Amino acid sequence: MNAAVHNQTWLQRNKMTVTPILFLIPGILFFTIYVISPIFQSFNISLYEWDGLGDATYIGLGNYQELIHDRSFNMSLWNNVKWLVLYLLAIPGGLAIALFLNQTVPGIRLYKSLFFFPFVLSQVVVGLVFSWFYLPRVGLLNAVLGYLGLGSINVLGDPALATYGVIAAGLWPQTAYCMILYLTGLNAVDPEQIEAGRLDGAKGWRMLWHIVLPQLRPATFIAFVVTIIGALRSFDLISIMTNGGPFGSTRVLSFLMFEKALGEYGFRMGYGSAIAVVLFLIMLVFIGYFLWSMWRDERDARR
Amino acid sequence: MFPTPIQKRSRAAQLTYQSFLPLALILWLLPLLAVALFSIRPLSDFTNGNYWGMPSSFDMFANYGRVLFESDMPRYLLNSLWITIPTVIGAVALSCMTGFALGIYRFRGNLLIFFMFIAGNFVPFQILMVPVRDLTVQTGLYDTKTGLILFHIAFQTGFCTLFMRNFIRALPFELIEAARVEGVKEWRIFWYVVLPLMRPAIAALSVLIFTFIWNDYFWAIVLTQGPNAQPVTAGITAFNSQFVAQYNLMSAGSIVAAIPPVVMFFAMQKHFIAGLTLGAVK
Repeated sequence: MNAAVHNQTWLQRNKMTVTPILFLIPGILFFTIYVISPIFQSFNISLYEWDGLGDATYIGLGNYQELIHDRSFNMSLWNNVKWLVLYLLAIPGGLAIALFLNQTVPGIRLYKSLFFFPFVLSQVVVGLVFSWFYLPRVGLLNAVLGYLGLGSINVLGDPALATYGVIAAGLWPQTAYCMILYLTGLNAVDPEQIEAGRLDGAKGWRMLWHIVLPQLRPATFIAFVVTIIGALRSFDLISIMTNGGPFGSTRVLSFLMFEKALGEYGFRMGYGSAIAVVLFLIMLVFIGYFLWSMWRDERDARR
Repeated sequence: MFPTPIQKRSRAAQLTYQSFLPLALILWLLPLLAVALFSIRPLSDFTNGNYWGMPSSFDMFANYGRVLFESDMPRYLLNSLWITIPTVIGAVALSCMTGFALGIYRFRGNLLIFFMFIAGNFVPFQILMVPVRDLTVQTGLYDTKTGLILFHIAFQTGFCTLFMRNFIRALPFELIEAARVEGVKEWRIFWYVVLPLMRPAIAALSVLIFTFIWNDYFWAIVLTQGPNAQPVTAGITAFNSQFVAQYNLMSAGSIVAAIPPVVMFFAMQKHFIAGLTLGAVK
């Protein structure tokens, strides 16, 4: 050790370790208190019967056993599957609109913004807008159907249709989101490769599939992440449009959890937490996959 | 460019495209246009069944006036503002620091901490609901704006850290090394070298977080309950029960509730989209 290093204080010698720790402390503190530790607490609460006020009684896996036989739980889980699958339509939908709008004509920027604009609205407003759109007497949908002589449907009043009606409302902003991702991606597509493809006689679908889509992979990845997370997080639209009804046919796990823990039918914090844990574990599969692909990119970037 | 620029197509194709554009847009925004039309009708149109014809009178000012002066809407809007702005400041400040630490320094556990922030940002809200509500009640912050703000700051820090760290990673590292060679202290490097370069990221994140928080509904109904603290997304249900079946007023109300993030988006469009699509291009 030379004299210069010797004269430094402990803090100066270790500044490359101390500085990041000091910078991280506030963020980690907040995040641990409000996000990380509640996850573990929820796991714990799910083992109790608890009304949120009085004493909690330990019942082991009792809540989970009850879940298996709960018809509303099964129905919600099934609805989550519907959400997950149908929500993915936002990705091809967004790509289609992006391809449609990827031109340079006067005013196209304004068109792009206006197509994107549903994403900026809160889900509450989207939910209200669509529930009025579907109204049997007042709604525009039935006005159009009536005009075309197709009779009328009560989308949100029909247990067989209601979930699809809510998903359609959710697809509106989600498609806009995917569209903007693809528009940005298309901007960065290498024009030389397109020209080379044209010279090779690739056109239309073949060009899209073999040359454009591979270059859009980063956009597609993000579109998948946000769409899957969005599908599993769906709550606001259901709460606003149907409140879980008719006959509980539009509930999903997130909504059922809220209903059990804070709804009109009493406060069952333990049971609600058990539902949340199931939802969390489903999500964890996807989160794990996303993190794994990001980790792979990080590793490649370091080489 | 893909698809083929329309200018290279036939005149007929160009005309078709130009006329399809507005049509497609109208179709796309149809549910919203219907609400906008509702919001300028008088109530009598609804009782007479005149939903889609010419409005019998244009009651725009009367309808929006009642929303602004005869309901709790302004209070809810103010609550939203007082919840959103501190959250934006808090989350951006925290994540500038975490992003700096994770983006500049190499230490053990760096990636682990970074991935903890990302993972936390993806979890379903419900797994946090009971403990967070409990914590908020116990600290006496239930039904206060502060309670909501503290949670929002903490949760948004996850996404913001992801954003900031990746942004800082893309900065030229030589700048920081040069500053170190000059003997500049680490915190001064943060303040005078890195922070000024982060301005575009700060702007992008601010508009994004503003929109996210303004539009939050779930935490609003979990952590607040009355016009004292509830933001407009939660307040609008109370508003709608005040004016039940008066579609003109309910429509005007939801348009008013939607305006701030929309204005924010159109004013800061470049930053908004840059923030949202970060990572969509490599």
